[in-house]
Amino acid sequence: MSVFLEALAWLFSPERLGAGGIPQRIGEHLWFTLIAFALASAIAVPLGYLVGHTGRGREVAVAVAGAARALPSFGLILLLVMLVGVLQIGAAVTAALVILAIPSILAGAYAGIEAIDRRTIDAARAVGMTEWQVLTRVEIPLGLPLLLSGMRNGVLQIVATATLAGYVGLGGLGDDILQGIALRNYPQTLGGALLVVALALVLDGVFAVLERVAVPHGVRKRGGALPRSSSASRTPAASAAN
Amino acid sequence: MSIEFRGVRKAFPDGTVAVEDFSLVIPSRTTTVLLGSSGCGKTTLLRMVNRMVDPSAGTVLIDDEDVAAVDPVALRRRIGYVMQNSGLLPHRRVADNIATVPRLNGVAKDAARERALQLMDTVGLDRSLADRYPAQLSGGQQQRVGVARALAAEPNILLMDEPFGAVDPIVRAELQQELIRLRRELEKTVVFVTHDVDEAFLLGDQVVLLQRGGRIAQAGTPAEILANPASDFVADFVGAGRGRRSLRVEEIDGVLVVVDADGRPAGVLADEARTAPGSATRGNRAQ
Amino acid sequence: MNWVAENAGLILALAVQHLRLSLLPIVLGFAIALPLGYLAHRYRPTRGVLLTALGLLYTIPSLALFVALPVVTGISVLSEANVVTALTIYAVAIQARSVADALDSVDPDVRQAATALGYSGWRRFWAVEFPLAGPVMLAGLRVVAVSTIALVTVGILVGVKSLGYLFTNGFQRRILEEVLSGVVMTMLLALLVDLVLALLGRAVMPWTRIGTPAPRRAAP
Ligand SMILES: Nc1ncnc2c1ncn2[C@@H]1O[C@H](COP(=O)(O)OP(=O)(O)O)[C@@H](O)[C@H]1O
Ligand SMILES: [Mg+2]
Repeated sequence: MSVFLEALAWLFSPERLGAGGIPQRIGEHLWFTLIAFALASAIAVPLGYLVGHTGRGREVAVAVAGAARALPSFGLILLLVMLVGVLQIGAAVTAALVILAIPSILAGAYAGIEAIDRRTIDAARAVGMTEWQVLTRVEIPLGLPLLLSGMRNGVLQIVATATLAGYVGLGGLGDDILQGIALRNYPQTLGGALLVVALALVLDGVFAVLERVAVPHGVRKRGGALPRSSSASRTPAASAAN
Repeated sequence: MSIEFRGVRKAFPDGTVAVEDFSLVIPSRTTTVLLGSSGCGKTTLLRMVNRMVDPSAGTVLIDDEDVAAVDPVALRRRIGYVMQNSGLLPHRRVADNIATVPRLNGVAKDAARERALQLMDTVGLDRSLADRYPAQLSGGQQQRVGVARALAAEPNILLMDEPFGAVDPIVRAELQQELIRLRRELEKTVVFVTHDVDEAFLLGDQVVLLQRGGRIAQAGTPAEILANPASDFVADFVGAGRGRRSLRVEEIDGVLVVVDADGRPAGVLADEARTAPGSATRGNRAQ
Repeated sequence: MNWVAENAGLILALAVQHLRLSLLPIVLGFAIALPLGYLAHRYRPTRGVLLTALGLLYTIPSLALFVALPVVTGISVLSEANVVTALTIYAVAIQARSVADALDSVDPDVRQAATALGYSGWRRFWAVEFPLAGPVMLAGLRVVAVSTIALVTVGILVGVKSLGYLFTNGFQRRILEEVLSGVVMTMLLALLVDLVLALLGRAVMPWTRIGTPAPRRAAP
């Protein structure tokens, strides 16, 4: 456990607070995560709703989600950086993160709608709701927990992949891990790893809370537990790769 | 084999008292129907016989032997059990489903299959269905497979929990007639659970009408219950009190026709009944 | 594409190595997840604790797990065993939940019927519940297989060779084909294993192949 203490000592040493220090690394990591998550959501949520509402393109969405799982994220980053050019590393990495996060969010969006009892949706049409009203008043609210669950997977995917971006010199917490390995400075490596884990756990916790809050009151079970479909959706329905 | 419930009670761990204090003797080779609305404890009582449920108090005896002393697995292999949704194993073909218990008891594969095919004849299933999966059968066919499977170990006792509850009325009527035929041929002690009064009166030598908590509202032959309902509850339940089951004979175009309380025809009077028309004015078994 | 032709031997050797590194976590993960999933299915109180704990393990980014795991296991960061252990942890995290869900999905009527027929507990599990949970468990296994094969490549950052070697080597030498062939080969390998698993599933679970129930016949 002494390496553990050394790692903590490294983390909290005064020189870790300035330029290239911990706050900056966390800031970089979060910034990339946020941008990629926003872009991925902007693409995947409307697309997922379209698939979920119309039922069209479902096979394509499932196939895309399946194929994305097989995509090696590290290879994708390097490939995009080489394709776009070393001067545009930021854009290339962001593109990779967006591509990797889309399948989870897409799956969450359409699965959320798909999981709704068909009779509920029929009933909404039967009382005279327009398609838009069916979507916004019935499908979106009822599908929200599963969407958030998909987003949770997407964010974790981004955080994990952004760590690998340290390899192309883009900063973030992966930078410390890899530098530690190269310099055989294990406390530095471990310190960086602990921070990434902490960041992932915090984001996971935030989404866990959001998922819970998002369950509409009428659907909530006694004791505030999530409906079964929601808890079951985290894996393996959603994408899984770190 | 006779079955006896002696002062049994069942309180489930969550506090639900499904059966309060139930005693009943089921004579050998008769059919006893436990009749009652949903939740009154019928399934719980039935499952005490094969120890799927152990009573919290009291004893269940088969031929005067306390079932609590018998190994439950061995016990179940010699008691047939048929349930509402047939409970067939979806990953086994029809013949394998029927042969389950013989196979569990170590009968060789070929012999068990031969037995299964014979049982398919017995319950009126075409042998060509032997290699289908349950999902490839109709509801009625599945239910027949369920009966065949229950008969496979040549049990002396057959427990049937709303076995025909999930099939349409026409198929149900066929299955009921089939059961009556089987019962004549096989001479088993049958305990049959239903919430359908007509089914209970059709099949039961003895009918036990239950109220919530497994309390016996009345036990007796269908005729006894119809003739002398023990309470308003019984009269209501079997429909005698409201005149639903009071029939009378009218002569229409020279034929004696039995009509119900609303004047709708229920059937014609058989020749031998003509001598005593009064005897047909009660009970629905005039058809 | 010249590069690929000239280095076919290397690519093949790396692919074999890659497969070897992935199969162990997939198989081990399933073997460990089965009893854990059973516990979570059988004893409600353990479900929350167990699956939450495994879910948290699953949130750990792979590179972080690769470098932090040695603190617990004492295995060298740069060894194959370390990467295999880390990937096994992910596999268990996914598969335990999938086993629990799979066992939950078995129709209670069928379970009751099996008990009524006289199956003892252990026998009932293997003859009835395990095969009926098969399709859902297989779905979980396929997810594990594919994501494990993709994840193995990260091992190259801690010096464990797989098709991931083509990523770093190609990047340093600025050979686009090399990186591309690494990505494509990894995906092909994943899809191949996925296909094999799917076909195996069809072979050992023939009842899942039947289509819609036969049209209702006149005879009941
Ligand atoms: N395993 C159980 N745990 C708790 N309560 C149960 C259980 N099984 C049955 N009950 C309750 O016991 C009562 C009788 O159930 P049951 O015997 O199934 O009735 P029936 O078959 O007549 O519909 C019902 O109130 C039911 O909810
Ligand atoms: Mg019942």
